[in-house]
Amino acid sequence: MSKYLFIETRDPFERQDTVKLYGLINELSTKGHDVALFLTQNGVLATRKEAKVPLLPVILKEKNVAVYADDYSLEERGISTSDLVENIQVSGADTLVDLTMETGRKPVWY
Amino acid sequence: MSKTLNILLMDPPYESSNTATAFRIMESAINKGHNITVFAYEGATSLTLKHQKGHPNPVKDTTAAEEKHPLTKDFVTGLFGLAREKGTSFRWVNCGFCVDERGVGEWDEGPERGGPPQFAEMYKNADQTLIIPTSR
Repeated sequence: MSKYLFIETRDPFERQDTVKLYGLINELSTKGHDVALFLTQNGVLATRKEAKVPLLPVILKEKNVAVYADDYSLEERGISTSDLVENIQVSGADTLVDLTMETGRKPVWY
Repeated sequence: MSKTLNILLMDPPYESSNTATAFRIMESAINKGHNITVFAYEGATSLTLKHQKGHPNPVKDTTAAEEKHPLTKDFVTGLFGLAREKGTSFRWVNCGFCVDERGVGEWDEGPERGGPPQFAEMYKNADQTLIIPTSR
């Protein structure tokens, strides 16, 4: 099984491709791959409880998918941790570097 | 364990949050003891232009000194300094053709001129390569 890191920078309400990425992650997870999704920049807008983003709730329940939200991007946009849906891990550049440098993990930037 | 991260950047300065995120990644990686190689391609070759300067903000009636406008060339210089302090390697290569097209070949000490062969070499020698495409 492969290990992936998807770095999503785009707002799901502006770029429908973002939801397609969530679908890809769902497929990879279903096939047993280990997937990390790191949401940064406008990508963190999907993490708000009030945001109804297709497929994100599905992948948040997958046991082999870890979803991270960039603390710096959340703060810039005035989003507090209490505003987030469940299973989002708030982290920062250090976590992103650790995931990127993990042996065998393939990083893909969107 | 120290590893080498190779990054390809394409966005020009002051246009995309990708640039700030890339700088944050580089800073964190250096602080963790990793070595960094950067290949600046297309608009990203302007990140190191030495003639960048801050400006006043007439809307807020502030001077250039008060604004402390962040300049990307200073971020790059800072990363070279941080790497020296941490004892890691930091290499920044600007694509020569892209530099010539844009007339942005004057930079402070640190960056070097190169091309696809240098990127291929950096890719080959890195533990990981992160491609950061232009924002679309």
